[in-house]
Amino acid sequence: MNKVWAIIKKDIITELRTKELFSSMLVFALLVIVIFNFAFGFSAELLDLAAPAMLWISFTFAGVLGLSRSFALEKEGDAIIGMLLTPTDRSLIYAGKMISNTIFVFLVGLLMVPMFILFFNYNFLSTLVPLIPVIFLGSIGFVSVGTLFSAMALNTKLREVMLPILLFPIIIPVIVSAVKLSEQVLDGNSLLAASFSLKLLVSFDIIFLTACAVIFEYVIDES
Amino acid sequence: MAISTKNSQYDIQADGLKKSFGNFEVLRGVDLHIKRGEFFTLFGPNGAGKTTLIKLLATLTDPTSGNLHVSGFDVKKEVNNIRSTIGVISHDPYLYDNLSALENITFFGTLYGLDDIDNRARCVIKQVGLERRMNDIVRTFSRGMKQRLSVARAIVHDPKILLLDEPYTGLDQNGSQIFGEMLSDLKSNKRTILMTTHNIDEGLDLSDRIGILSKGKIVLDCPKSEIQRSSFKDLYISKVED
Amino acid sequence: MMRRILFVLAFIGIIASVYAAFIYAPTEPQMGHIQRIFYFHMGTVWVATVAFIIVFIASIIYLWKGTRKWDILAYCSAEIGVLFLTLTIITGSVWAKPIWGTWWTWDPQLTTTFILWILYIVYLVLRSSAGNDTKKAKYAAVFAIIAFIDLPLVYLSVRVMRGISPVVFGPGGGGIAPEMMNALLINMAACTLLFIVLLLERIDLERMKDAVAKLKLSQN
Repeated sequence: MNKVWAIIKKDIITELRTKELFSSMLVFALLVIVIFNFAFGFSAELLDLAAPAMLWISFTFAGVLGLSRSFALEKEGDAIIGMLLTPTDRSLIYAGKMISNTIFVFLVGLLMVPMFILFFNYNFLSTLVPLIPVIFLGSIGFVSVGTLFSAMALNTKLREVMLPILLFPIIIPVIVSAVKLSEQVLDGNSLLAASFSLKLLVSFDIIFLTACAVIFEYVIDES
Repeated sequence: MAISTKNSQYDIQADGLKKSFGNFEVLRGVDLHIKRGEFFTLFGPNGAGKTTLIKLLATLTDPTSGNLHVSGFDVKKEVNNIRSTIGVISHDPYLYDNLSALENITFFGTLYGLDDIDNRARCVIKQVGLERRMNDIVRTFSRGMKQRLSVARAIVHDPKILLLDEPYTGLDQNGSQIFGEMLSDLKSNKRTILMTTHNIDEGLDLSDRIGILSKGKIVLDCPKSEIQRSSFKDLYISKVED
Repeated sequence: MMRRILFVLAFIGIIASVYAAFIYAPTEPQMGHIQRIFYFHMGTVWVATVAFIIVFIASIIYLWKGTRKWDILAYCSAEIGVLFLTLTIITGSVWAKPIWGTWWTWDPQLTTTFILWILYIVYLVLRSSAGNDTKKAKYAAVFAIIAFIDLPLVYLSVRVMRGISPVVFGPGGGGIAPEMMNALLINMAACTLLFIVLLLERIDLERMKDAVAKLKLSQN
């Protein structure tokens, strides 16, 4: 446990010092929202319908940006090899990286939502509070597979291109169920109105957290 | 600290070690035995398989076939035991650029599972002469200073075995000299040391035994006393070109 | 010898399946002749399913043992699986145009099939970029495993969106004529034989590539 915490702490210190990951993710997410507004010609009806999808598209695009940056930092000076040389189980390294990535992605989502609500004139409190667990569960699902794949993409020459190609088809269940849940929230219903989506999202998180923690070892070690 | 199950006099024991990447065989049956406390320097041109050999010994990758024991532990079964008994220094520092020297060493110390990490980290940083830059970010360090900190990272858990992969690469004259002095210090602490290099001027003085690796095979392995410094260059060239 | 027998059997099987689908099976009363394409449709989707299950299992064993033959099996099986799934999608579209009046709809089954197709195309992109690089071959295996685990979730998630369910056989979902069932079984058997023959040939090809690469290396 000490080891997992050490990895998380190291990532947080790095981020506090550089602020690279966080600021680029947030600015990117906001840009995507702005571009959507232009694309829909600022039509209130269209935007209303597209709002939940827009939230999650900007969120995942920003998340991919953050994930590839996070492992690029490990590659600088081959610091990750230093970590692999220590007697640390690979699943602990996965846990550490996964938790710190989730923290960053979740925080970006958390900052994005209030702005999103303001832009689209939703009721602040009644939407913000139920959206938080959705953002949290969505972040876990996205990052669980994302951490595994960004470690893979890191070692292929096509790294920036490869990560979204690998990741997006896999996380379709996360996107679909998160969009459905956000739809209910933005329509003023409770989360339980889409309980099937909620169950789906939670199962995705559990299944892939387990599977990726087991598989990570084969990805990170050089063959 | 784990205790070796085999009471062998050899710290590194490789028999018929092979490693291929796809169809390409990088190591084609390496036999290497290094005694406890010995300083072994392995010379060889680029592409001979030196780095691959170090990676195998450091448990970063698995051999395709053959046996390998490091400090008595089997590389296939007891990787974490091996990892706690070896330290690796390469030409890449394996350090985090955005952390300070102390944060780096503390971080790696934690992953090695050490007690009283803070004291131990300060102690090794002092040992490599960086105590005045302890709280500075590694990004601001020169190549030579990074290499010294890299030594601190490699010895924070007081390993019995040190693996050095082309450690002189990229160091200027001053840096090489400091690094050489640190090496002789490390050697006097009864550590088993394996160093690889492609430069025959490096490490010859310190080593007890030397070997030459060429095209994935050990083509020379003898005590340094049998080698004359003046004729070594010709010997090396003749062995490598075979 | 074994190979030749299989080849002949597959050939006979294909002829028989064409006969069964076009002549032997009775014309479906509501859809008419276009329904006959469904025999091939079901045959190909069956093979694609088998192929992807093989990819999944072979990938697990490859990650675990690291022997090249499992990697080859997964790669070759995925390639043929994608080929058959493409045929499934094409035959399905041809059927859908007169029946549903559209080539394509985002119905749960079709959407899942489409995502399945994309997932294995991504696998092939990843795997073929690997060549002899064992590290990348492992990545492809990892992706294949993750993708396979993901499939049921993808299916459930597309079911969250509403869709129209296809009625494949018979009027009002009633029983199907025994001749139709026979024709279907013959088609599935023939496609399976064809799959086995293609897979064996494809594996041979991959082995030959290995041998050539080895020869080239030893020349240098």
